[in-house]
This record gives sequence, C-alpha cells and structure tokens, in this order.
Amino acid sequence: MSVSVRLPTILRPQAGGLSEVSAEGGTVGEVVDDVVRQFPGTASHLKAADGGLHRFVNVYLNDEDVRYLAGLETPVPSGAQLSIVPAVAGGGG
Amino acid sequence: MALYHSVLDLIGDTPLVDVSALSPNPGVRILAKLEGQNPGGSVKDRAAKAMMEEAEKEGRLVPGSVVLESSSGNTGIALAMICRIKGYRLTVVLPENVSTERRQLLEVWGADIVTSPGAEGSNGALRAAQELAAEHPDWLFPYQYGNPANPKAHYEGTGPEIWRDCPEVTHFVAGLGTAGTLMGVGRFLKERNPDVQLWAVEPPAGEMVDGLRNLDDGFVPPVFTDNDGPALLDRKMIVRARESIEWTRRLSDVGVFAGMSSGSAMAAAVKGAEQLDEGVMVVLAADGGWKYLSTGAWTADLDDVVDRATRLIYF
Ligand SMILES: Cc1ncc(COP(=O)(O)O)c(C=O)c1O
Repeated sequence: MSVSVRLPTILRPQAGGLSEVSAEGGTVGEVVDDVVRQFPGTASHLKAADGGLHRFVNVYLNDEDVRYLAGLETPVPSGAQLSIVPAVAGGGG
Repeated sequence: MALYHSVLDLIGDTPLVDVSALSPNPGVRILAKLEGQNPGGSVKDRAAKAMMEEAEKEGRLVPGSVVLESSSGNTGIALAMICRIKGYRLTVVLPENVSTERRQLLEVWGADIVTSPGAEGSNGALRAAQELAAEHPDWLFPYQYGNPANPKAHYEGTGPEIWRDCPEVTHFVAGLGTAGTLMGVGRFLKERNPDVQLWAVEPPAGEMVDGLRNLDDGFVPPVFTDNDGPALLDRKMIVRARESIEWTRRLSDVGVFAGMSSGSAMAAAVKGAEQLDEGVMVVLAADGGWKYLSTGAWTADLDDVVDRATRLIYF
C-alpha cells in the first residue's frame, strides 16, 4: 500500500530535494523503513541505534503522534498522510 | 468576593464553565477552565509565580535582581507583571512573530524585549536566552522548559482545582508548550484516578521547523522528559490553524472569549467527543481573546486569518 510521507526541510537534501515522497508499507515502521531504503541518507536522522525512532523525530499519522498510537507498529490505512516532524520547542509559553 | 492584599493572590482558582452546548455528542460533557481570568491574563501566571517564589526561597532573587526568560509571550507577560510588583528587572527574548498585543503587554510592565527571528520560533528564542544567560551569570534565568516549579504549580493548583470542581472528569485536554500544564495536571489527576485520559494538542510546526539547521538542535522540554511525559500522555495531536480559529469562534458563541490555543484544545476535544460513548472532558483555555484582537480572529475573513495565523506563534 502506498502512502504519502511529508519530509521536513532538514531531510530534503537527503531525499533529492523532495518535500513529499511516496512509500510502501502496512505499518508506520514499514513505511519509515521504505523511506530509508529509497533514501539511505535519511537513516541516521530517522532511526535510533535500537531501531526505534530518533529521539528528536516525531511521526504523525493524519496529525496524530504515532508514539501515542502503537508506535512503529501503528497500522497505516490506505490514503493516509504521514508527516515526519523534528521535535522543537513549539509553544513557547 | 474577598479583599485581596496583592494582585499575586488573584492568581489561580479559575472558573470551570460548562460549554457542552458545543459538544457534538449528548453523552459527552465539555467544560472549559478559563485561565484568562488570571490577573496577567493567562495560565502562565501560575508557573511564573511559582518559579519566582522558588528562586526567592532559595535566595537566588534579591531586590534589584535581573530576571531573563525566553517566551512566546504569556510567560514573559506573567513574569513582567510579577517583576514589576516585586521590583525586579526583566529581559524577555520574544520571537518577532507573536501578536502585537503580547509585545504591548510586556511594555505595559516595563520589560526589556530582545527580539529573536520569527523563522526560528520558540526554539530560536530559547537559544538566544541561553546565550544571554551564559553572558550574564548573575541574572536569574528561570528556564520554564526545565524548571520543576512550572509543572509543580499545576500539580498543586490547576490539577486540584479541577478535581475539586469536577471529580467526574474523564479527559483533560490542553495545549503543549513547555508541558508544564499537562505534566502537572496530568500527574495529579492520574494519581486520583488512573483512568483519566491526558490529551496534548500542538500547533503545526510550520516555519519554526524550517529554521532548524540540524536535527541535533531538536528539543524535548526537560519538564516533559523528567515527568515521564511519554508514559503519562495518552494522545498527542496537531490541530491546524483553520480548526483552531473555527473553534475559537465557536467558543465565543457560548460567551467564552478565549485565545487561539484554547480553540485548538476545543477542536481536539470535539473530535474526541465524536469518538466516545460518554465522558466529561475538561479543556484548558490558556488565555483570553484580548491579545489576539489585532489578528482579526473573530471578525476577518476566515481564509485571511488562517493565512496570518500560520505565520504567528499563538501557543
Ligand atoms: C496560549 C498558550 N497556550 C498553551 C500554552 C502551553 O502551556 P505549557 O507551557 O504549560 O505547556 C502556552 C504556553 O506555552 C500558551 O501561552
């Protein structure tokens, strides 16, 4: 199943300058792995040494942070939108 | 009403008001906690007061001290009011893309403002403040993102108030900035009833993330990590500017004049209410609408307001 994945500015140089790529997979983890397979330069930005998500990376499935769904195991329905967003100080009080 | 000795005593004990008329589900009640009723106009009065009192207790603040903080507005405004009352000087690092009124309120209370680039968002303001703090080791830098007094103000204030006023609460929904509100209220409510669900709402990262040069400049607030945020939160979602403004407007239909992050939290609650059978949701309305009048949030063409809001920090 093909889903669209939005990449942050900081990852675009590793993905041929694209802001949105298409990747295959039935779970968030499979989709992320397919992005890494297509664009190996993104690997160290997306994955931690233990295979989990990089600590400063949030992945959203239709605007829901997947860490609070089922993490990398979260099923990805067809037509879903995944967004990869670096963790920054958002709201600043 | 009572007689108060100081405006500082007016901080906290905010009203909880039923806004279930806006609930899409008759089985789900929605209550809004109106933090705009604080004297400095936002939920941040609580954390600011707690951080200042803690520093005074530790002897790190003495008459004439200089205080430094990075803020998208509300913490700065709260600190400015408190510093004016107590006689401290305050410097606030403020991103340039906040509403005019946030800047004006800092001026009301005489804070010195250092402007940081809008494209760097709160991250940039924080970095600039850290640099200033290193240059001026004698200044007090409360560092709201890492100061335990911030969540503690909510653990001891906001949380108990909600429990006192509504022990039937099933969900607490609030904006996520420093995470002080969610960690403090969340820990308190879950200690009372582990089944209470804690939902965090974020604005779209937008331009702030585009200013990031290196992933290692990424940031998770120590307040979030130190309180085991990933285990405490049950849900975290982005609410877009359009929905935030639509729900800010809907809140005004029931007489609640609140800021745009309140609209974001309300939008998340309403979406959740549609997915539940029953429940009682408490939504944190972090500030009043006053500081956003210049954005035209209630009256201007929705598309125009949405367009402007995507360039504004309103959390
Ligand atoms: C208007 C508004 N909403 C929400 C928040 C988030 O609150 P907290 O910093 O406690 O996470 C803030 C401050 O960051 C704010 O000023």
